[in-house]
Order: sequence, then structure tokens, then C-alpha cells
Amino acid sequence: MREINIHPILQFSHGKELKFTFDGKTMKAYEGETVAMALYRSGIDIFSESPKLHRPRGMFCAIGKCSSCMMRVNGIPNVRTCILPVREEMVVEKHEGFGKLPDYIEKFAEPFEINKEVAIIGSGPAGLSAAITFKEFGIKALIIEENPQLGGQLIKQTHKFFGSEKEKAGTRGFEIARDLIKNIENSSIDYITNSTAFAIDENKIGVFRNNQYMKIYTKYLLIATGAAEKMIPFPGNDIPGVFGAGAAQTLMNVFGIKPGRSVLMIGAGNVGLIVSYQLLQAGIEVKAVVEAMPTIGGYFVHAAKLRRFGVPILTSTTIKEVRGNLRVEKAITISIDKKFKEIPGTEIEWNVDTVCLSTGLIPSVNLLAQAGCKLKYVTSLGGFVPVRNKDFQTTNKNIFVAGDVTGIEEASTAILEGHIAALAILEKMGLKTKKLKIESIKNLNNLRGSPFSKKIIEGLKEVECE
Amino acid sequence: MNDSLILICRCEDVTLEEIKEAFNKGFKDIESLRRHLNIGTGPCQGKTCIPLLEKTLAQLSGKNEIETISTRPPESPVPFGVFIKRGKKE
Repeated sequence: MREINIHPILQFSHGKELKFTFDGKTMKAYEGETVAMALYRSGIDIFSESPKLHRPRGMFCAIGKCSSCMMRVNGIPNVRTCILPVREEMVVEKHEGFGKLPDYIEKFAEPFEINKEVAIIGSGPAGLSAAITFKEFGIKALIIEENPQLGGQLIKQTHKFFGSEKEKAGTRGFEIARDLIKNIENSSIDYITNSTAFAIDENKIGVFRNNQYMKIYTKYLLIATGAAEKMIPFPGNDIPGVFGAGAAQTLMNVFGIKPGRSVLMIGAGNVGLIVSYQLLQAGIEVKAVVEAMPTIGGYFVHAAKLRRFGVPILTSTTIKEVRGNLRVEKAITISIDKKFKEIPGTEIEWNVDTVCLSTGLIPSVNLLAQAGCKLKYVTSLGGFVPVRNKDFQTTNKNIFVAGDVTGIEEASTAILEGHIAALAILEKMGLKTKKLKIESIKNLNNLRGSPFSKKIIEGLKEVECE
Repeated sequence: MNDSLILICRCEDVTLEEIKEAFNKGFKDIESLRRHLNIGTGPCQGKTCIPLLEKTLAQLSGKNEIETISTRPPESPVPFGVFIKRGKKE
């Protein structure tokens, strides 16, 4: 129904067909697909009814960070269906409010404990790069990933990366991810997917996996949990069909599913521009890109590509309202003046079924907060970020960080940061990595050499300690 | 703008209108708002709403300082059954 049949870059191969039920009806899914994706592919927009206002809710972030896709699965309420792979004969039910408790007691496996010298939470570019660095020095780290696949958000980036050749410029994001994942799979690096790290207490990590509680004791911990999509306030911001731009990418580029028929994109930073172009590539109409600032935030090349396809980019314009009963039916934008005040009479109505928000990302620092690592609010880095030194060591001496959780940047910087953090941990273990580490820190600074990184560099000054 | 249609917290259904009302009643910081409106206490543990609330509060109070909440496990929903040792049941 929402299948992408032709794509200029990607080829989708589906796994074997599985059957599961949704509110009693038999549904089809492909092996490897998550519950939310299978439902959305079949045209289901509404996954739950909100607890007090009884509003319909659908998916929003599609990477397990928000709570919008929660449903009852095999009797258990509040399950994040966007990251749960479908199993044959699974029973999925729509949630009403906070959901009903199970009618029977599910058998859970007994909790168990393991010891690991190093654990890495998150398998995006930062986490994978760190794991590979550890391997090169003969240390086996354990990667903990809550999604079904390794690779984080890099697996859905179909555009080519900028930067120097060393940092894989000219290569498409998902190809970089594929190489990193291949490297991990072909070596003896341990990784667990579908595994959520939900608690950190000193040197202990609580992980939920396969209906089991795993306690992982670790000497060193690298937190590379990435970031989550930022929501903005406007009437109708919870209507199904309002997605984070990243969710649209997951749907299209990972699962081959069209997020909608026609889209209004909010935000003309790089994410907004790139995702708009990717929507066009998937055969979806993009009505316009609107941007509250007076200028386009993203790179000129990305904006130029959109203009060639006749997609208008409206600056000094904001989203006023989204309307729709069961799904987005209409979006209204309005021009704003220099003080961001709405200018009456400048409203434009858009007939769209999808609104994508690319209004920024927020570092996922919750586990760091639990661990007692000091955080600081830095606007240019995306929100609260961990205070750390040049080695990416937090105020908790055994916890290191890398990637977007340290501040929103690029996949190329995340790869380097993961590498540096791993080298720093190896150094603490007594290995001779200092020279390589210093060199890598230099490379990272060079990568931030362009004027685009000016704000990032300013922000970093606020959180970097000795 | 219709504040009653602006959802700040999706898990607990808290609208911008409710936050403004509560603020005017004297619930002026995140922790009091959390206790009064349950905002940020749902299954996602404030991952979507708390950053929005931080900004909203900064706007309402005119203060530049952004405060946040303390976070406790579990960071994501986990069924309680996993903490039960098999031997203790039945």
C-alpha cells in the first residue's frame, strides 16, 4: 500500500512473510521488520488513544526514543513497537491510555550477570568506531544496541558525506555504516541488539533483553546514545502524520515505506533539506520547506537540489497549525517578522497528509544523568550535554562519551570521537595509544575547520574541562 | 493560538494551556509542574516534553537559566516481571 517500488539509490529486499494479529485482524509483515513499520506499511496510522484527551496517536520518532508508538504486545502494555521486530503469531493491540496490565503473568527468564572490561551503549558511527578501535588493540568490548540493527542513524543516510577523504567524504552514509558493521560482524566483537540499557549505577548497567534482565558489570563504559528528534509546539502537533524528519528517513530508507503522499517540511537546516530531497527520490511530493529564520540554515548545494525540482523554500515562515481528524489533512503556515511575530493575513494552507519536523535534535543524555555525570546546557550543541575533557571522559572517571550525545554534529565527527574515546580508555588500561590519540584529536579539530563549525567550537569551549 | 490543542507532553496529555494555568497559579518550576500535572512522568520519562517544557518555562518566566529534572531508572519502559527471580514465584 505504501511500498516504495522504484528508488534511484536503494534496492529493497524483503525477508520472508510473517503473520501477526493487530486488534484481532491478521496482518502481514516481512521478517526483520518492526511491528510499527509493518502496520504503517499496511496503512495503519493510529497506534493508540491518548490517556486523558482521547486523541489518536501514531508514530513520531521511529527509533525508540519517544513513546508515540507504544502498544500492547502479547499482553504486555507500553511496548515500543517501532523497534520491536515482528515474530510469527505475535498479538498486537492498540493502546487505550496507559494500557491494560497483562491478564496472565508472563514467564520471564531469570536475571543474570556478566562481567565486561568495556561496554559501549549505542551502535551508531561513534559506538562502532570505538568498538573497532578496541579490537585493533586486542580488547573485546560489548556493544549494547536497542534497535534490531547495528549502525544507528547512519544506516538511513543515502546522501554523500562532505569532508576530507580520510573521513569518507563522497561515500553515502549507509555505505559507511555497512563497512563498519561488516568489520564488526567479521571479527569477534560482541554485540547484542534489541537490548535496552535502561539503568546505570556506578559500574553496573541494567539491560532489558529477550524478556530478561541482564546486569552488566563493567570497568569502563562508553555512552554513545546519540540524539532524539525535537518536538515543537503548535496546535495539532500530536496528530498522526506529524513525524520527525528522521522517522520519515527510517520509513523510506531502511524499510522502503512511503511516509505519506504529500509532505510539508518544517526547518531548512541540512536535515530538512536532505530529507526533503530523499522524499522526492522516494516518489513523494514535497509541497514546500518552511524555515523560521530569515535565511536557509543548511548548505547551499542541498537547497539548490530542491529548487531544481521546484520545491519552494519559504524563509521567515513558521507552522501555525496542523489540522486533521485521524491523520494530518491540512497544514497552515504563516510569515513572521524579524522579531518572530506572526504577520496576520499571510497564512498559506497546504493540502498535505504529512508534516515533517526537522527542527533540531536533542542529545540523549538520560543515562548520563542517571550515572551522575555533570551536564551543562549549551544551545549550539542541542541542549544538555555532558561536561568532559579532550579525551571525552565525563566527570564520572570511568564513563566516556562520543557522538551526538556530546552535542549535535556530523557522522564524520562521531566516528572520530568514538575512536578518540576508545584510545583514551585504552590508554587508561595501560596501552600505548597516546600518540595516536593526540593525532586523532588534531584530526577532529581539522574536521571542524570550516566556518560552519564556528558555533560548535564556541559551544565546546563551555563544556570542555581539563 | 489555541493553547488547548498544543500538546507538550504526549504520554500524560498535558497541553500548553494547562502549563500556563499552572504557572499562573504559582507552579513555576519544573519539579512542581511535574508533581502538579504529571508532565514528564509517563512511559517516555520526559524525553520529548521536558526539553519543550524547559523552553516554555524560560519564556514564561523571562529567565535565561534552563533547569532540568533528575532522572531515575528505568530510562525506557521495562516490564516489572524481569526483576522477579524464578525461584521466588509460585
